[in-house]
Amino acid sequence: MNHDSYSDVYIRDILVRHRVIAMVGASPKPSRPSYFVLKYLLARDFDVVPVNPGHARKELLGQEIFGMLGDFGRPIDIVDIFRKADAALAITQDAIAIRATVVWMQLGVRNDEAAALAEAAGLKVVMNRCPKIEYGRLSGEIGWAGVNSRVLSSKRPLLNNKGVQKRALRPAN
Amino acid sequence: MSEERQPGFNTLAIHAGAQPDPSTGARVTPIYQTTSFVFDDVDHAAALFNLETFGNIYTRIMNPTQAVLEERLAALEGGAAALALASGHAAQAVIFHTLLEPGDEFIAAHQLYGGSMNQFSQAFAKFGWQVRWADTTDAESFRAAVTPKTKAIFVESIANPGGIITDIAAISAVAKEAGVPLIVDNTLATPYLTQAKEHGADIIVHSLTKFLGGHGNSIGGAIVDCGTFDWMASGRYPTLSAPCPSYHGITLAETFGDFAFAIACRVLGLRDLGPAISPFNAFLILTGIETLPLRMQRHCDNALQVAEWLSAHDKIAWVNYAGLPGNEFRALAERYCPKGAGGVFTFGLKGGYDAGIALVSNVELFSHLANIGDTRSLIIHPASTTHRQLSDEQRERAGAGSDVVRLSIGLEDVDDLIADLDQALAKV
Repeated sequence: MNHDSYSDVYIRDILVRHRVIAMVGASPKPSRPSYFVLKYLLARDFDVVPVNPGHARKELLGQEIFGMLGDFGRPIDIVDIFRKADAALAITQDAIAIRATVVWMQLGVRNDEAAALAEAAGLKVVMNRCPKIEYGRLSGEIGWAGVNSRVLSSKRPLLNNKGVQKRALRPAN
Repeated sequence: MSEERQPGFNTLAIHAGAQPDPSTGARVTPIYQTTSFVFDDVDHAAALFNLETFGNIYTRIMNPTQAVLEERLAALEGGAAALALASGHAAQAVIFHTLLEPGDEFIAAHQLYGGSMNQFSQAFAKFGWQVRWADTTDAESFRAAVTPKTKAIFVESIANPGGIITDIAAISAVAKEAGVPLIVDNTLATPYLTQAKEHGADIIVHSLTKFLGGHGNSIGGAIVDCGTFDWMASGRYPTLSAPCPSYHGITLAETFGDFAFAIACRVLGLRDLGPAISPFNAFLILTGIETLPLRMQRHCDNALQVAEWLSAHDKIAWVNYAGLPGNEFRALAERYCPKGAGGVFTFGLKGGYDAGIALVSNVELFSHLANIGDTRSLIIHPASTTHRQLSDEQRERAGAGSDVVRLSIGLEDVDDLIADLDQALAKV
């Protein structure tokens, strides 16, 4: 598929259907973008497993950090790659091995060889996007920061049941 | 809307950024006339203050009415994000506060709104920011003004008051060569007439007070971040590319990607300098924008007819409207604003300074005041008002010499406007 742009339907479908994310390259430093994204996704009801070999078995925002993709005791839906593009191929091979459904490379990360491999194995691929920005964009939250969501809708936005300043992509259960 | 469809400009002017209110279902964006917003819990408050999540804290920094205005402006300009402020001048101050350090320089066209010339040469000098002037009709003059200290280039798309159309793409090429962002003041053109980003603008600034608000009732300004400039490339913009001491060492350009400049302007410039727009003004301007395409077209159509009539009048020495056949900026107008050359133009009276005073004193429908971009038609003699503080040489260069009268053509019946000018000119 074309990875220069993605339809909103494609991205929304991935974020609505899946809950368990393994974040490879999650940093325990609060100034790093990966820390922001981890914290944001946890507050939006995602189950996020931080993966970082340098910090294995420590705890990050209440979650145990794992050293590598492997047996987490539950199936992984999305592998979110917070590493440089040249590291994405090996991580994608691991994602295929653990039967993940989606390989997601962060904003600024693109590896077409890894994408082709993942797609050949039946996985969905997103590259050069941030799940926090995409969630914020499709839920309308990002508009609070004056950001152009490129979404027009005459429907009332859905509130997340955890507070008035959090929105949802699907109705609360 | 369906996925592959790109909504048109008229649709964006009405819908961009404005879903129904989530708690009441109100279809029109409400006026959130409140200073502050409750936090969901302590963790949410901390996350907001750390910029880890999107949300509202305090109306000096953000407000939901203002946010709809911002997203709409970003959408209309094709940009990544926008920030609304108390005025166009506030927007300019915040842009340069974000880009410049004391001792830095920027290059600006000398064909600018007189208020901007004052701000750049007088107020900014107190911050240690040095403006170097160039000629907007000559891209080479910008190239010649570039020094190692240059941090930005600033032009108006349609220059006020002279009716000059800037070759944005040519000056953008100079900015790219110098590795600095091009800032375009798109106030007179509005995104309806000129899509400045498509021609190479990196940052677009607006006085919302003019055609965007359009009804002469609210002061406001805005910064649009086109998302096109790489702030990390040179290390010359430390506010964006270096760890930020205000926010626990995060690097704004790294954390916020293509809308980092708009975020920096909000969470540093606006937060610390304080020129917030009121929610009520944001609401009025937002309402104005819904009819922008219809109004701008009428402004342009009326202006062309008045300009043609004045061109044939025996007391008029010249008319500078880029929409007129034979005008020196006609070719640039066809490229940069093909739907019309705007609603503001100047003309010269054969009778000079005294004739200008007589004309503004005798009109009955045109209002003698300093604004532009109102539903009402407006008239001013710049030499005795808006450009009064400038030297004679500066006034001439800005297109505001002693014989010059500026009109901002409104939405009235054009025959009534011509009749008013006719009776007033008879008394000159």
